[in-house]
Amino acid sequence: MTAPASSSPVAETAVPLPAKPTVWRKLLRSPNVVVGVAIVLVMVCIGLIAPLIATSDPTAINPGARNRVPMATSTMRMDDGTRATVTHYMGTDTLGRDVFSRVVYGARVSIFIGISVAILSVSIGLVIGMAAGYFRWLDSIIMRIMDGLMAIPAILLAIAVVSLSRAGLASVIIAIVVPEVPRVVRLVRSVVLSVREEPYVEAAVTAGTPTLKLIIRHILPNTVAPLIVQGTFICASAILVEAILSFLGIGIPPDVPTWGNIMAEGRQLFRIFPHNILYPGIFLALTVLAVNMLGDGLRDTLDPKMEKRG
Amino acid sequence: MKSVKMSRRTVVAGAAAAGALAGASGASAQGAANVLRVVMHSDLRIIDPIWTTAYIVRNHGYMIYDTLFALDSKGQVQPQMVDRYTVSDDKLTYTFTLRDGLMWHDNQPVTTADIIPSIRRWAARDPLGQTVMGFIASMDAKDPKTFEIKLKEATGLLIFALGKPSSNVPFMMPKRVAETDPQTQITEFVGSGPFMFVRDEWRPGDRAVYAKFQGYRPRSEPASGLAGGKVAKVDRVEWRVITDQQQAINALQAGEIDLIEAPSHDLLPLLKADRNVKLHNWNVLGNQYTLRFNHTTAPFNNPKIRQAALYALNQEDFLKATIGDPEYYKVCKAMFVCGSPLETLAGMEDKLESNFAKARQLLQEAGYAREPVVLLHSTDLQVLTNLAPVAKQLFERAGFVVDMQSMDWQTVVARRVKRDPPTQGGWSAMLTSWVAADILNPVMAGFFNASGDRAAFGWPNDPEIEALRARFARAGSEAEQKQIAEAVQRRVAEAPTHIHLGQWYQPGAHRSNISGWLEAPAPVFWNIEKGRGA
Amino acid sequence: MISYILRRLAATVPVLFTVAVMVFLMLRLTPGDPAAIIAGDNATTQQILDIRTKLGLEEPILQQFFIWLGSILRGDLGESFFFRKTVFELISERIEPTLSLAFLTIVLAVVIAIPLGVLAAYRQGTWIDRVVMGFSVIGFSVPVFVIGYLLIYIFAIKLGWFPVQGYQRISGGVFPWFRSLVLPAFTLSVIYIALIARMTRTSVLEVLSEDYIRTARAKGQTEVKVLFQHALKNAAVPIVTVVGIGVALLIGGVVVTESVYSIPGLGRLTVDAVLARDFPVIQAIILAFSFVYVLINLIVDLSYTIFDPRIRY
Repeated sequence: MTAPASSSPVAETAVPLPAKPTVWRKLLRSPNVVVGVAIVLVMVCIGLIAPLIATSDPTAINPGARNRVPMATSTMRMDDGTRATVTHYMGTDTLGRDVFSRVVYGARVSIFIGISVAILSVSIGLVIGMAAGYFRWLDSIIMRIMDGLMAIPAILLAIAVVSLSRAGLASVIIAIVVPEVPRVVRLVRSVVLSVREEPYVEAAVTAGTPTLKLIIRHILPNTVAPLIVQGTFICASAILVEAILSFLGIGIPPDVPTWGNIMAEGRQLFRIFPHNILYPGIFLALTVLAVNMLGDGLRDTLDPKMEKRG
Repeated sequence: MKSVKMSRRTVVAGAAAAGALAGASGASAQGAANVLRVVMHSDLRIIDPIWTTAYIVRNHGYMIYDTLFALDSKGQVQPQMVDRYTVSDDKLTYTFTLRDGLMWHDNQPVTTADIIPSIRRWAARDPLGQTVMGFIASMDAKDPKTFEIKLKEATGLLIFALGKPSSNVPFMMPKRVAETDPQTQITEFVGSGPFMFVRDEWRPGDRAVYAKFQGYRPRSEPASGLAGGKVAKVDRVEWRVITDQQQAINALQAGEIDLIEAPSHDLLPLLKADRNVKLHNWNVLGNQYTLRFNHTTAPFNNPKIRQAALYALNQEDFLKATIGDPEYYKVCKAMFVCGSPLETLAGMEDKLESNFAKARQLLQEAGYAREPVVLLHSTDLQVLTNLAPVAKQLFERAGFVVDMQSMDWQTVVARRVKRDPPTQGGWSAMLTSWVAADILNPVMAGFFNASGDRAAFGWPNDPEIEALRARFARAGSEAEQKQIAEAVQRRVAEAPTHIHLGQWYQPGAHRSNISGWLEAPAPVFWNIEKGRGA
Repeated sequence: MISYILRRLAATVPVLFTVAVMVFLMLRLTPGDPAAIIAGDNATTQQILDIRTKLGLEEPILQQFFIWLGSILRGDLGESFFFRKTVFELISERIEPTLSLAFLTIVLAVVIAIPLGVLAAYRQGTWIDRVVMGFSVIGFSVPVFVIGYLLIYIFAIKLGWFPVQGYQRISGGVFPWFRSLVLPAFTLSVIYIALIARMTRTSVLEVLSEDYIRTARAKGQTEVKVLFQHALKNAAVPIVTVVGIGVALLIGGVVVTESVYSIPGLGRLTVDAVLARDFPVIQAIILAFSFVYVLINLIVDLSYTIFDPRIRY
């Protein structure tokens, strides 16, 4: 048995949530939470209203206006014979696509990837981790499979998943989720194991509380705080991993703009035309920063042990 | 992110500063004056240039092997290992004599017993070799230095084929190696060329190393193209693998390497601004971008729809989007390459002008049922990446439905040989590039082979083109060849096998103390000198 | 203890078998065809089919699997489809750069991150804490390849302190070896510094609120002693866990870093092999990585007993 008998190897807190209405008020008082939420909301809004603020179609290529510097203008002849002049606030890329429009549309995809990867990995990991932690007979099987999954380098696992199906949004999300799941499972399992040893849980077991009730009442609440922190990391890192998959040439196809693939495409020209990396990079870094701040804030607020110290 | 801003401001100054620094950082432990450190376009993984057609392996072949004939800088075939040859009056018997002093790297003399199996093994793999083999009645060694080839029927292709400059090149190998089954890779790397392969130092993915072969006796003529005296002027050539284009350029500017075979076009301004670096257009004929159709599935199984595509596209958009700088590209509607003997506009005059109205009209006449064009997009090869998006946009403007699928080049290579329907892992169109030296006539250019199942991927089946190609192989004069080539191009303009999307040029880059890089269809490293200083 | 280690080692066998099955199936189901890649750009369909037959790819999948499993059990990793070399040869050529890079990265990360994390926890809420946490957030938010390019631009191109790319073998001298690895190791360590500093701060904060710390302080022990002897030691379990997880992440980071700096290590061998569908090489590397990973996990678990005497096996 690999489980430590008396203590959790992960010290991410394991104390029940204070289920009081004051939590919301406390959250609002945390500057990290407020700033983080504000930035994330701004980014989400940019993504939602992208069609309104984009100056041109983010996938329209214009070979005559490639590699323009920020604020340059270009003219494109439309199919109906009219001419349209566009100002490229963030320049254009090697296909003459407008970087500003790509960045605002990219907000949609990048944020969607971050959030969906976080939700998927946390919920899948939670279910598997609970099962492993609670049902001893399942534990060994699940953990061996998780060990196997974790043992395969994440990037390689991702390449395989992407090439199994067509490169696209769904396959990239799955490719990032699969290697994240075992880490969530380990975290959840260790929390469950340590909570099980707590006297009040043992008492409940002795008193014949049904398993499901036990899990929902006593064990589930203990996983919330650490999972929020973990979910934060996952959301932030998913946005980055997407960029790295693009760097390795197996990310989301460039006709769907994401901050990651705009940067990956622009990286070769980093020394001459840094705008291809600079602008999506700022958006990406700001968003990741905000998500992390939000996670920190939530954590400090939800974790009563921190509070004690004042 | 702050530093990114800084780098934009100082980018010009940065290039100059990097040059000035090169002197200090360039003198690394291995930076001895007579080692040429080179970054090639790809990694050397396979080392049998007869077995594969990959260009990097062809380049390896030119390092360690020699050829019977070779193309000079004017495009003329010249004897290389052959000293002299005679042709009988009926043009059916060729007698060749090898020149003196040819040695293998294991110091055994080269004899005709080595040459004949080498020709046979090459002819078993190479499409042009197979055509020529059909004309050959017998090959016999008369003595160790003389051999004779008897033809069944006259052809102008024999000498041209023996001097074929690009993949597959008829490289000469020792008898025991040349007798390897053509379907199996060779395991021994003994050639008779100016450099020897240092097998112990070959680390795929890292480097391949060549040492000067002291026993090589070059021809007395000056080097010209792939012909003339191959004099190795450096002791060692190291092919270093740097997969990141920008890093290769950084390394060149820092003096960590001496030469880049194919630097990315978009990064050339950095090199132009650096006085320690020079650009050199070594492949004068250049390359040709090509769109290949899959002729076995809808929509491109219909010649009229293929012709609609020919009307919808234009070369300039592709060239601008990939190469950018007009100095390095040329709009050219001649399929057999502008600047070559068979250059012609025949049949192409009104095509490739993005005439969307004409394209729509043809689609309507052909009854195009909006079957999606599955367009393969390779995302990891700089010179190809931007082609597919341009094709997609132009196709869509002409009324095609396009399903562009992105993947790495290796997957494209695997995918394009699959004959499944496009919806089940097959494809309709893909884009690639040819070295101009490989497509100078309709027999050698693989995409004109229209023999259905036996043709290259895309599998066009067009008896008319096949008949013309057979006539070309028998053509006695250049005028006749030209006339047939025109007929082929006219036929292709009606029922395209593939579409040529313009010529482009790939300059190499080298430190300014490097000189003597020859102009040839392949990069070769004899004749290159490395001077003192960084 | 010994029997525990033996049991754990025995438990690696099913893990490795799971990995082997998963990897084998995954590779055989991917659309790439190594034969087409080997044959080159101008190959005909027949040439490709010939190569497939030669490589044994036309055999039934199950048969391919057992042939491969059999040779692995005999200690034969097979031969690369591409290079005229055995997989064993290829891996042994590439292991030195990757080990060196991983080693330097971990040392760098631990040496920088743990003091930073302790400091941030000790000065919680002050500007020091904010700077450390700010750095850790930035470390998470910038892709590795951008960090690499920035460091190269500043320290290799502008300042010329380090080479732009490449790896010097340690047999050629420790100094050139070290010099060639400084930028790659720093690039790779940024994210681990962030990760470990964050986890150290969290854990130390938690421990600092425990009663025995108050007791220690009340007894008049110096703050440094309180921090590094009591707090850090008790916070060590999660930190070690993170360092252990970090090693798994490291393998992914190595892939990108080795590409940026042209370091001929296992990471690049992996990417090259995956892109070329060089099945024997991929299978062997993944098995090797899995084995290393399992070993590291074992070591991490064993180290718990050192840091936290309450844990026994």
